[in-house]
Amino acid sequence: MTKSHIKVTINGKAVEALVEPRTLLIHFLREQQNLTGAHIGCDTGHCGACTVDMDEMSVKSCMTFAVQANGAAITTIEGVANADGTLSALQEGFRMMHGLQCGYCTPGMILRAHRLLQENADPTEDEIRHGIAGNLCRCTGYVNIVKAIQYAAAKINGTPYQEAAE
Amino acid sequence: MNEQVKIDIDRAERTEKLQGMGCKRKRVEDIRFTQGKGSYVDDLKLPGMLFGDFVRSPHAHARIVSIDTSRAKALPGVIAVLTAADLKPLGLHYMPTLAGDVQAVLAEHKVLFQNQEVAFVIAEDRYIASDATELVDVVYEALPCIVDPFKSMLPDAPILREDIQDKMVGAHGPRKHPNHIFEWQIGDRQATDDVFANADVTIKEMLVDHRTHPSPLETCQSLASFDKVKGELTLWGTFQAPHVIRTVVSLISGLPEHKIHVIAPDIGGGFGNKVGAYAGYVCSVVGSIVLGVPVKWVEDRMENLSTTSFARDYHMTTELAATKEGKIIGMRVHVLADHGAFDACADPSKWPAGFMNICTGSYDIPVAYLAVDGVYTNKAPGGVAYRCSFRVTEAVFAIERAIEVLAQKLGMDAAELRIKNFIKAEQFPYHSALGWEYDSGDYHTAMKKAMDAIGYTSLRAEQAEKREAFKRGETRELMGVGISFFTEIVGAGPAKNCDILGIAMFDSAEIRIHPTGSVIARMGTKSQGQGHETTYAQIIATELGIPADDIMIEEGNTDTAPYGLGTYGSRSTPVAGAATAVAARKIKAKAQMIAAHMLEVHEGDLEWDIDRFRVKGLPEKFKTMKEIAWSAYNAPPPNLEPGLEAVNYYEPPNMTYPFGAYFCVMDIDVDTGVAKTRRFYALDDCGTRINPMIIEGQVHGGLTEAFACAMGQEIRYDEMGNVMGASFMDFFLPTAVETPKWETDFTVTPSPHHPIGAKGVGESPHVGGVPCFSNAVNDAYAFLDAGHIQMPHDAWRLWKVGERLGLHG
Ligand code: FES
Ligand code: FES
Repeated sequence: MTKSHIKVTINGKAVEALVEPRTLLIHFLREQQNLTGAHIGCDTGHCGACTVDMDEMSVKSCMTFAVQANGAAITTIEGVANADGTLSALQEGFRMMHGLQCGYCTPGMILRAHRLLQENADPTEDEIRHGIAGNLCRCTGYVNIVKAIQYAAAKINGTPYQEAAE
Repeated sequence: MNEQVKIDIDRAERTEKLQGMGCKRKRVEDIRFTQGKGSYVDDLKLPGMLFGDFVRSPHAHARIVSIDTSRAKALPGVIAVLTAADLKPLGLHYMPTLAGDVQAVLAEHKVLFQNQEVAFVIAEDRYIASDATELVDVVYEALPCIVDPFKSMLPDAPILREDIQDKMVGAHGPRKHPNHIFEWQIGDRQATDDVFANADVTIKEMLVDHRTHPSPLETCQSLASFDKVKGELTLWGTFQAPHVIRTVVSLISGLPEHKIHVIAPDIGGGFGNKVGAYAGYVCSVVGSIVLGVPVKWVEDRMENLSTTSFARDYHMTTELAATKEGKIIGMRVHVLADHGAFDACADPSKWPAGFMNICTGSYDIPVAYLAVDGVYTNKAPGGVAYRCSFRVTEAVFAIERAIEVLAQKLGMDAAELRIKNFIKAEQFPYHSALGWEYDSGDYHTAMKKAMDAIGYTSLRAEQAEKREAFKRGETRELMGVGISFFTEIVGAGPAKNCDILGIAMFDSAEIRIHPTGSVIARMGTKSQGQGHETTYAQIIATELGIPADDIMIEEGNTDTAPYGLGTYGSRSTPVAGAATAVAARKIKAKAQMIAAHMLEVHEGDLEWDIDRFRVKGLPEKFKTMKEIAWSAYNAPPPNLEPGLEAVNYYEPPNMTYPFGAYFCVMDIDVDTGVAKTRRFYALDDCGTRINPMIIEGQVHGGLTEAFACAMGQEIRYDEMGNVMGASFMDFFLPTAVETPKWETDFTVTPSPHHPIGAKGVGESPHVGGVPCFSNAVNDAYAFLDAGHIQMPHDAWRLWKVGERLGLHG
């Protein structure tokens, strides 16, 4: 199959590659770029495990062709830690609030939450729940994911994190 | 500051530093998972690796007339196409199941369920493999199929399993019909019948625990790599029980077990889906052995939902007998169990219906009788324990729904009826009518705490008012109060009761203390998200006085970990957790000898103090575990071998019996059928609590899966045997929006026989949650004489209930 030449910025690094027109972005990232953080949970756009950030939008990379990413800037879970290698506010929030168990949904969840907080720096619980509705988690029951995102929002905004009263 | 305060502070600081049992230690696993650095099967990449993909049957029941692979083989990039004809000479076209049946790896003469594996294409990449599956030409001749298990044993039913047609005695005794698998009976039938014949009040209800699927977010997958020169096979896979898989692979492939390296890396959730052995594993292994290069198999979601291990599909005719005062005097249950096309249940060998005989629940029921008939149908095989310990979810659903039906018939409050029949705290250890010995419990205390917390009396008052308002036409909302008081049975399990393929269900831990006092420990279990790397270290930290951060836990590599039966049925804490404590105590005993030698005192003069042995009465004379570790390698006492390590294979004397009291408040719009969970309160008693943060997380997750099962999740078939909705489009997995908010609570009744008193908790919320939701829905409609409403309770079905009851005007 003839291949297409694409140029993408992934986690701040310029990448050029040859891909088949039908290659999905998720396979391009995982198999050609060895960025295995984003996962495949369904192949059908429902679970969000494959979520990455593309040109400041959350994108399900199982529903996107690699060629569609030509010229785009992509952030994956491998690119969200702080510059000094410490965990970002969201990564820390997920750990502190026990927002993950098997960890399979986590990279997609964090990338989605990352974009959500860019769009809405101080979301309510309801806004968080709707904001991550495209990402399924089979393990946590979401309560602690919501808290993790609230924790991160507070940390980024420099306000104290307060656990919402039950 | 006085001396005692100083001592107390010092001890508190030393305890805190350990991060041992009882503290909310943050998880070790999260460091890698939050950075995308987990290592799951599909993340693995080996040089020259090929990809396998299945050709699957579009029919539920059909004869295979011919298979032509030539067009597929001609596609560039396709390396091989395997069919039953290739596997048969190797004796691998069938594989043994854990339930004593055999299952076709690739269909030979006929297919028995839709999406059954027919051929395995191996190609250079997954896209080509997928393309090539379309190019395998299979000619089928459709046969009449059986979807309804009640039709399986009709005299004129088509015979499904021609391969065992003449074998009228199966793994669990005689078969009554060629489509019959087993009949399993337990309890005193005559005595039970007598009680029913003379009872004041009896109820009988067909309770269906419908077919669903565990559906972890990561599907099942494997990567096999055979080294032709060494004759060694390395197999990575999504295995909840990696050692068992190694033994199975050895038995069916004929490769010696020591030349098989089975590795379960990080697993993206299991929930019972990843206990069994699947055709994909076998085909990746065969592919690699034949081709001499690594072969990977990754299931897609549709394949996962429609082929590997459904759960439930239990049709339970449940009866209770009681006095008119509400004392339950007998229980009689008949189950028709739909096992699909092959009996691939993952139960301990002697338990064809799992632990269904825990169905007398939390109640002191003097006599009971249970019979289970397993039948074949043209559906996917499985029958796994979906976040439960071998059919406990089904059992608890039966008793917890039935007791509500009885309460209604007696005109009694459902909570009161439960309390009246609870096993009393002083009755433990309690021998149930169906053969279990409940180790411990305090049901009355838990129930009272839960009822107070939820405000039970005022909820009932509010409900009574709402019902009146509904009758007056002032509201279109129905309010339901759901209750479930469950007893689980987990931690399989004593060797006398439980084995898998003849291997006793013990579990194991091996702990090594390094000279500098840090630790590596390995277990025979395998975490799929439960956080074992965090919690096992907490047990060791408390037992040995070494900070949890200095303890590394490793699981899943069968070359290095001691043999174990794996993680499912909430058995990790009850069994491997016990092994961990016992192994640590062996080390501690040796450490005491070393410390005595170091301090030049008699062993008996020493006492343990958090992280050290100290001389009794002379607290300033002590040796810390770290110092002892160094000495164990540097200057061990004469006559004592150097080193500091221990292994324990723990054979539990009994299972553990976690329990809990759950309450759900639900509001249902009769016109739309939309049900809203207003509150859900879960009180769990799992004995000693190792990490409350993780316990709470497990409860949240289990409740969410229970919510899904009760309120919509289902694997359904049409009358042609087509599986309906095997994708996340149709299969209900709740998002953050529809998932209720969970309130958790606890009591602590330690297990008397477990070394640290722990009981296991991961599955309780699922087991207790399903009937709680269903009871809430049923309770909402109860005053309208709706009769028992079957799950799942999605809006469409609840709307139909309203329609049936004439509520829509
Ligand atoms: S894998 Fe992309 S949404 Fe599920
Ligand atoms: S942590 Fe397992 S799917 Fe979310």
